[in-house]
Parts: sequence; C-alpha cells; structure tokens
Amino acid sequence: MISKGLLEADPELEATLLSRREAIRQGARTSSTVAAGIAMASVPVALAAVAKDVFAQGGLPGVIVDVLNFALTLEYLEAEFYTTGMNTPGLIRPAWRAQFDQIRKHEVAHVRFLQAALGPRAVPKPTFDYTAGNGNRNGPFRDVFTNEQTYTAVAQAFEDTGVRAYKGQAAYLMGNRDILVSALRIHSVEARHAAQIRRLRGQKAWIVGNSPGGLPPNTQPIYDGEDNRFHFILARPASGISMTHSFDEPLTKGQVLDIVAPFIVGAP
Amino acid sequence: MKSEISAEILPGDSVSVSTRRAFLRRAAIATALVAPTAFSGCHVLGAAGRNKLDFGDDFGILNLALVLETTEVRFYERVISSPPRGLLPGEFEILRDIKANERQHLRFFKRALGPLRVKVPDSDFSSIDFTSRQSVLEAARNFEDNGVATLNGAGRRVKLPEFLTIAGKLVSVEGRHTASLRDMLNPGSRDFAGDDVVDENGLDRAITPAESLARVSKFLVNPPRIVGL
Repeated sequence: MISKGLLEADPELEATLLSRREAIRQGARTSSTVAAGIAMASVPVALAAVAKDVFAQGGLPGVIVDVLNFALTLEYLEAEFYTTGMNTPGLIRPAWRAQFDQIRKHEVAHVRFLQAALGPRAVPKPTFDYTAGNGNRNGPFRDVFTNEQTYTAVAQAFEDTGVRAYKGQAAYLMGNRDILVSALRIHSVEARHAAQIRRLRGQKAWIVGNSPGGLPPNTQPIYDGEDNRFHFILARPASGISMTHSFDEPLTKGQVLDIVAPFIVGAP
Repeated sequence: MKSEISAEILPGDSVSVSTRRAFLRRAAIATALVAPTAFSGCHVLGAAGRNKLDFGDDFGILNLALVLETTEVRFYERVISSPPRGLLPGEFEILRDIKANERQHLRFFKRALGPLRVKVPDSDFSSIDFTSRQSVLEAARNFEDNGVATLNGAGRRVKLPEFLTIAGKLVSVEGRHTASLRDMLNPGSRDFAGDDVVDENGLDRAITPAESLARVSKFLVNPPRIVGL
C-alpha cells in the first residue's frame, strides 16, 4: 500500500519500471533459465529457504521483482568489473589486490543472492562497456583496464552510485521484510566498499557537499543532491558542511539508470 | 483548497500541484507523529519518565538510536578533546569528521523524537584506554559496526517509510566510518568489509534491538529495559 502510494506519486518512476519490465521480458527468454539454474546450484541453504518461502506465498509482487532486477543489473555491472580487473595482469598494484578481491567476492555473492531470490524471474546479464562508450568501447574511460587510476575512479563511481541506488529503493521493499533487510545488508556493504575505494584514491570516505571526490565532471550526476540539508519535517536544516557528509542521499531508479546507461550496451 | 486556486493562477502549474502533494504528504506524517503525543499521555510519560525503551511503535527504535548516538558523541568528544598517543597523519581529522557526523545524527534523533525521547543513561567508558590509539580505534569500530547492524535490523520493524529512508541515509555513513576505522586498524587488509562482519552472501550484519543494547550496555550506567517487543 505504501509502495503503491509512492509509485502513484512518481509517474516517471512508474514509466521507468514498466519500460524496464518490457525490456527484461524481451531479453529474458534465452538466458534466464540457464542463469537461474546456475544460481540455484550454488545458493546457500538459508537463502534458498527464504526464496522458497516467498514463492510458496504466491510469488514476489511485481514491484519487488522490479527492484531486485534493478539491483541485480547493478550487481552484474560491479561483479564483472571487479572480476575483469582482478584478471587483468598489472592493472591493480599488489598492495591493493586483496582489497579489490574482497570487493569482487562480495559483488559476485550479491549477484548469486539476488538471482536466487528472483528465481526464474531474474534478468539476464547485459553486455557491458566499461569505457562508458555505450558499446563503442571508446568512451571517456577508454583506458579503464590499462590505467589503475581510471580503474579506481570507475570503481568509486560504481560504489557511490550503488549506495544511493539501494537507498532509493528501500521503501519499495517494505512489503517483504526479509527481502528489505537483505537489501539493507547489501547497502551497508556497498558503503564499506565505497569508503575503501575513496580512501585508496586519497579522498575522504564520506561525500562532502556534492563534490565528485576527485572524479571527472561527467560523473557529477552521481553526486548531485548529496548537499541536501533537509532531512525530515521536524528537523530544520543545519548550517555547516558536516550536515552534508553526515547523511548520504538516495537516487531514484531513473537517475541511476541514466548514470549507468553509458556502461550498458544497448541501454535506452 | 487555497493551493488549488493558486495553482490556476500561477504559471508553474505542475510545480504547484507537486508542492501541494508534498505538503499533504508531510501533513500526514506530522499527524502520524503528533498523534501519539496528543492522545496517549501515558506513552509520553512512560517513554520520558522511566528507564525503558518501548518498541510498541517506531519511537522505540528511534530512542534506541538516540541512546547509541548519544553514547557515541560523548565517546568521540572525549577522544577529540584528548586524543590518544600515536595517531598517524590524517587520523585526527578523520575522527573529528566522524564526531561531527555523529553529532548531526544525534541532533536529528533529538528533533525527530521531541517530547518522546527517553533520558539517556550516563556513560561508563572505564573499559576504554583513551591514551591508546588501538583501544580508541577498536572501541570506535565496535560502536560503528553496532550502529550499522542495529539500523539494518531496524528495517524489520520500522513502519513509516520516511524513517526507513532516514535510517538508510545514516547507516551508509556509519558503514563509511567503520570501514575507515577498520582500515586504520589493519591497513591494506580485507578488514574494511571483513569476513567477521560480511557473510558468504555478501551481507552485512543485522541485529535485534535487544542484541544492540546488549553490545552497548557495558558503556551505560543503568541500561534501559526493553519493552513492547
């Protein structure tokens, strides 16, 4: 009921969800069965039980499926990014490899977790272009897998976006508390990742104002609105920069899809 | 009614409509917040007057957060006013930022709770060696990890979507804190998101209010009692 209300108040988001669902249906036919098969084979027992409970109740509501598939798309993006990075000799300096491997491990686990929760309704993995060239492999980050500085910059972009993306979807998951809490538990792991990548890059772990934290200007949409000082009806805005780095801000699904679209081949 | 009329007059029609919608939504929240204050005086007295946390509604989890944040702020204020020996370059600034963040969080909970806020117990930091970098950073890490796990667990019981969003805005900052503290304790390791806090599914911890209070109770003189769970 709450989720429905929020959707009605945001027709743009509803449109995004619908077009997304359509795109998902078109692409889902070939590979989702295969993907689900792989996921279920490797899924931990506890999670499989949660997923089974959910389906026993008559399946997940469409709103939740859409949110989880949106999250899965972002996790696919991150998992392949870190897997490719770790498999590229000489890209990541030895002193950083353990940390990037830890992040890779989590993103791969998130993909499996979400696939298991979605079962046959999981979207297939898109083809990615990590240069942000929308498929031409010649985008602004064209040296992403040959230049450690570019690689870590893109990592920061993904992690800070991921934190905001999960935050923006939480309220839509209130109808299923098991799934909501799982999403929150992924969300805080993404925040840990974001902090570490930022520190490796010599940035503060938290976002100050709407500063892109050393990323190029074309990443500004990732940080727009982070300077918000109004957090609650009964709490008046405070002055001072600490007000901005003490609260992370959500992004809508539409905003996130706009940010990641250049990385997804064939994205609208 | 009034805003509908102005919507016809003003050129920015859609802006006015969405402003009105936002206002109506806020009014609904305000009603939800004020109603318990206005109509159940016992609850107010119970919350403010006695040493207990009542989880009958969202104010329970907000009050638990108030207790945690107050304790953290007192801890960081002491650290900043008298820093431990051996801090590395940049570490004082990090701790000072964290203190500022926690003060903002505390300010939020105080304002959101208003008259419904409980009296926070005095703090007992006798188990922390404030002269030791290691002891201070470990205590800070434990506070932050506990904050993350508490707010994640709160997702199971928060009723108002607005509070859920606020919890989300806070919890990721707590996550950024603990990742930093963990990296300061064991630089270059996997500990920022270590296997001790992130499970094989890549999920951070989520704990109940009772577990959360148990973890912090050694820092509280007379920890509050939990009711309504």
